Amino acid sequence: MSILEAILLTIVTASTPLLIAALGELITERSGVLNLGVEGMMAMGAACSFAAAVSFDSTILGVLAGMLAGALMAALFALVVLGFAANQVGSGLALTIFGLGLSGLIGAPFVGARRDPIPHVDVPVLSDIPFIGRLFFEQDLFVYASFSLTILIAIYLMRTRSGLTLRSIGENHTSANALGLPVLRTRLLAILFGGACAGLAGAYLALVYTRFWSPGMTNGRGWIALALVVFAAWRPGWLLVGAYIFGAATVLQLHAQAAQFGVPSQVLSAVPYLATIIALLLLSIRHGRAIGAPGSLGAPFVPDR
Amino acid sequence: MRFELTPRTSVSPVARALAPVVAFITAFLIAGFVIWLMGRSPIAAFEVYVLHPLSDPWSLQELLVKATPLALIAIGLSYCFRASLWNIGAEGQYVMGAIFGSWLALKTHGTDAGFWVLPLMMILGIIGGALYGLIPAFLKTRFGVNEILTSLMLVYVAQLTLDYLARGPWRDPKGFNFPQSVTFDPSATLPSIMESGRVHYGFVFALIAIAITAVILGRTLFGYRLKLTGDAPRAARFAGFSSKATVMAVFAISGGLAGLAGITEVSGQIGQIQPSISPGYGFTAITVAFLGRLNPIGILVAALVVALTFIGGESAQIMLKLPLDLTQAFQGILLLCVLSADAMVSYRVRLVTRGGAK
Amino acid sequence: MKADVSSSGPPLVELHGISKRYGDLLANDGIDLSIEAGEIHALLGENGAGKSTLVKILYGVIEPSAGEIRWEGKPVIIGSPVEARTLGLGMVFQHFSLFDEMTVAENIAVALSGEWNLATVRSRLTEISSTYGLALDADRAVWTLSAGERQRIEIVRCLLQNPRLLILDEPTSVLTPQEAEHLFVTLDKLSTEGCSILYISHKLEEVRRLCRRATILRAGRVVATIDPRASTAREIAALMVGNEVGEIRTDAPHVPQGEVLRVDHLDMPPAGLHGQALRDINLVVRAGEVVGIAGVAGNGQSELFAALSGERLADRAEAVTIAGKACGMLGIEGRRRLSAAFVPEERLGHAAAPTHRLSENTLISHASTEVRSGFILLSAAKRLARTIIKSFDVRTPEGDPQARKLSGGNLQKFVIGREIIRKPKLLIVDQPTWGVDAGAARLIRQSLVDLARDGSAVVVVSQDLDELFEVADQMAVIHQGMLSPQKPIGEWTKEAVGLEMLGVAQAQGGAHAV
Repeated sequence: MSILEAILLTIVTASTPLLIAALGELITERSGVLNLGVEGMMAMGAACSFAAAVSFDSTILGVLAGMLAGALMAALFALVVLGFAANQVGSGLALTIFGLGLSGLIGAPFVGARRDPIPHVDVPVLSDIPFIGRLFFEQDLFVYASFSLTILIAIYLMRTRSGLTLRSIGENHTSANALGLPVLRTRLLAILFGGACAGLAGAYLALVYTRFWSPGMTNGRGWIALALVVFAAWRPGWLLVGAYIFGAATVLQLHAQAAQFGVPSQVLSAVPYLATIIALLLLSIRHGRAIGAPGSLGAPFVPDR
Repeated sequence: MRFELTPRTSVSPVARALAPVVAFITAFLIAGFVIWLMGRSPIAAFEVYVLHPLSDPWSLQELLVKATPLALIAIGLSYCFRASLWNIGAEGQYVMGAIFGSWLALKTHGTDAGFWVLPLMMILGIIGGALYGLIPAFLKTRFGVNEILTSLMLVYVAQLTLDYLARGPWRDPKGFNFPQSVTFDPSATLPSIMESGRVHYGFVFALIAIAITAVILGRTLFGYRLKLTGDAPRAARFAGFSSKATVMAVFAISGGLAGLAGITEVSGQIGQIQPSISPGYGFTAITVAFLGRLNPIGILVAALVVALTFIGGESAQIMLKLPLDLTQAFQGILLLCVLSADAMVSYRVRLVTRGGAK
Repeated sequence: MKADVSSSGPPLVELHGISKRYGDLLANDGIDLSIEAGEIHALLGENGAGKSTLVKILYGVIEPSAGEIRWEGKPVIIGSPVEARTLGLGMVFQHFSLFDEMTVAENIAVALSGEWNLATVRSRLTEISSTYGLALDADRAVWTLSAGERQRIEIVRCLLQNPRLLILDEPTSVLTPQEAEHLFVTLDKLSTEGCSILYISHKLEEVRRLCRRATILRAGRVVATIDPRASTAREIAALMVGNEVGEIRTDAPHVPQGEVLRVDHLDMPPAGLHGQALRDINLVVRAGEVVGIAGVAGNGQSELFAALSGERLADRAEAVTIAGKACGMLGIEGRRRLSAAFVPEERLGHAAAPTHRLSENTLISHASTEVRSGFILLSAAKRLARTIIKSFDVRTPEGDPQARKLSGGNLQKFVIGREIIRKPKLLIVDQPTWGVDAGAARLIRQSLVDLARDGSAVVVVSQDLDELFEVADQMAVIHQGMLSPQKPIGEWTKEAVGLEMLGVAQAQGGAHAV
């Protein structure tokens, strides 16, 4: 395996959690809810999945625990923003603070433990394609899952009845309510889905990417996932592109640090964050206002009874 | 089963004032439950977290020390939040203020520079924080970039900058390779208010900021302008208030106060530059601002209350072996409870079972 | 028709003793109403009479505090719009329930119950469009459509469900007279096919054109059920508004004096993604006269208001001249200092901050007199609020309430009073009586006319043609961001205004083509 190939493989590994978390947030935001708690849900997913995987020595249970943890965090968020119509920005932020703290508590006994790498699954025939085959078709199941999820979500949004309902509710919740569409129920499900995805992304970080737990290991990835949704103009296809650009930026700066170009490592570490700002800036310069944003995004919904 | 919200027609001032108290008690009960789940005694934890710090004079001083940065940052944030602008990057502005101010402290280190060093450090701290806060404000007003994500991303950048300085150019060559700067000269150290105490003049700055803010928000056109911008942005434009100028102003103010908090903390408390100079004051201050209902006096009280959880967290770590993360988790839950209570002041929430009310 | 009513079985729908209470306000008070199959039944009443509340109850949007609904003689509970639609009700709201970013087909599909796919929706749409003359392009995004076309989407949505009863809430308020006539033809056709129609309106003419039975509501109660063709307009008006009928005094003759406002070749790009651009607007308003701007909603009225008020700036100073000063690039505060005053369309959120007290709300346009070196003079603000409340008969629940606690009419009186009390040389008002009760509307119109007679220049932008014919001395029509030439009110007919609203006159005459 050449160095280039190795780098490209790690790019896939670095991009996958971003893509999964961002897909979940995309669904949440398309329903009109802004959940800034991705970072916290991801951290909880990572801590709980790692704790479960080590305790039961089972990757599958770990993954399930991670998704469950993310969904439970999301349920708490849903209670506050849907049940009490609390401010979504503040509540999401609170969820992140809470999740980072609680994940530290849960993960503390497991600091120092390690997990073995999970097996890669080769896709027959496709994996024989030179270069591309190795890169994309000899991967772990999560990678395949992230691609499938992207396609499924794209189909769901544009081709299904439920997807149309979800978009309508995100676009204008007053109209949707007047038509009798189930605004709160749809949003609840969308928030839970977003939480489960963030949890899954966290599980991937802990069980595949690093294979250990350390406090604060999400390191802003949840926030980058949030930025990706804006960057992708709320479209799944662009999310895939964005996640891989950012995955590449993360991996390349790590390699650059290792290569010791004489640039301080901190400058390179700042690259993903600066890249996020620049990406948001370029997007705004090109399109003016945030294009494609759901009309009701972030506004609390109180039905007129 | 579902929740049903109806807007309240009138809100009693008592309910408004009690909401944060109820939120705080709820958060405490939840935290107690979590501690119980962890197999510890919630009662013992309560003693260590609350009663112990309050009964010990040393801890009481420590309370004011920790409340100082929280109050300074939260007061600044209250300008932003009143105008419905989401500066969540105060942590970065705090760090940048510390870096700007410390530059002068390290530049004058070992010289017999006079009394002017300290005031200039404070001013540099304010300028550093304000400039850093103006970055997301500029991106928002000029290009329409969402301020939430940019201000947050800049936190990581500021922290990495500090890390670089502490390990690189600003490291004390005689410091046995520890990643920290030389200890500031007395001329660059913010003195204590009392002879032997630990409470430095940062606390006085916080009180002054609170007093000025109370006047600005309550009595001036600028204060009304923020309120109007936050409550009814179109009416603010109709009144002739430029929203761009408002955004720039509040980010500069909140950044400046966060920067002041940063430099007072380094100069009055830590005494040197280290890779990390904050246990998350910039984020916790968001909780403080909302717990204080964005009201200056409320914020002072909230800062003291939340500072208690920091000190309690430290002693709980030592005495009960409860990890510090518990404090952060508690602060997150507290913010959730405060925001929920705020919403419940405006809406009546009923739990409706299917067929019950129909 | 009357013979049918007595011979057939129970009415299609009957309401018995429907009441709805909001706190202290009884929006509906024991309302009885019945609609026969195939009947076009009018629900008449002034703004605030309780019409919208009643139909929302019928359609399952609001739950009644008391009362019973019978469908073909059987009691039913309509818990949601979905249940209403299953029963056979269809409703076209005054405020459309549309999704701007989505296509016409998607907008229709999302409202359908049962199984569907976009291809079948599209073919049914074509079918219904041609049967009832409701032309629509399935793949256009809604934000590109006119108000009339948007309303067609709502009607098609209903018709696709094969409704037994179609409810229309003030459907003509967004239509030109010609579009309205087109709608009436569609409704007649529906009714001959056996579909009942509940037609809500406060316009007598169209009710007399369409309906044989009308139920009249006043202050939440049924005051009469009549045959509108058998009663005179004056009788019906008296039933609708009680003893509040009155006419606007314009005793002092209209003597235009010096020019106060001149708009000169004003162009402005659209504000948002879906805004309307203003193109080559020209207008002159003299002291002592009221100039009306007519037009169907969404044709650039709010953009024109923003350009005249200075909320948005032109690219040349000469585009707008107020009191002799070129101020196209001057902001709203600067224009206020030239003694101009403005009242926007939206009361809550634009003219006034909902959660702020009235005294605080005076600051919005009186900052120059209520602020000294940055500090607010609280007592002056309170005094001013009290004066406005007294002079303009604003009825308030308490001394200095929050703006949102006032009824629409009272808040509008306050907002207009706040500007008139400054004795401005120029007043620009957008939709002065939109959603306001009859009494307040009369007081507001009277004070606009009085202000002009006292020597100010007044511009009234309104969708209500009757209102403009009542108050205006001169009128122009706005259509797709272009303004027709202004003419004295006596030279306009309703038909001519309608043609301008449709843009037909411009295409034919070419007198002021771009």
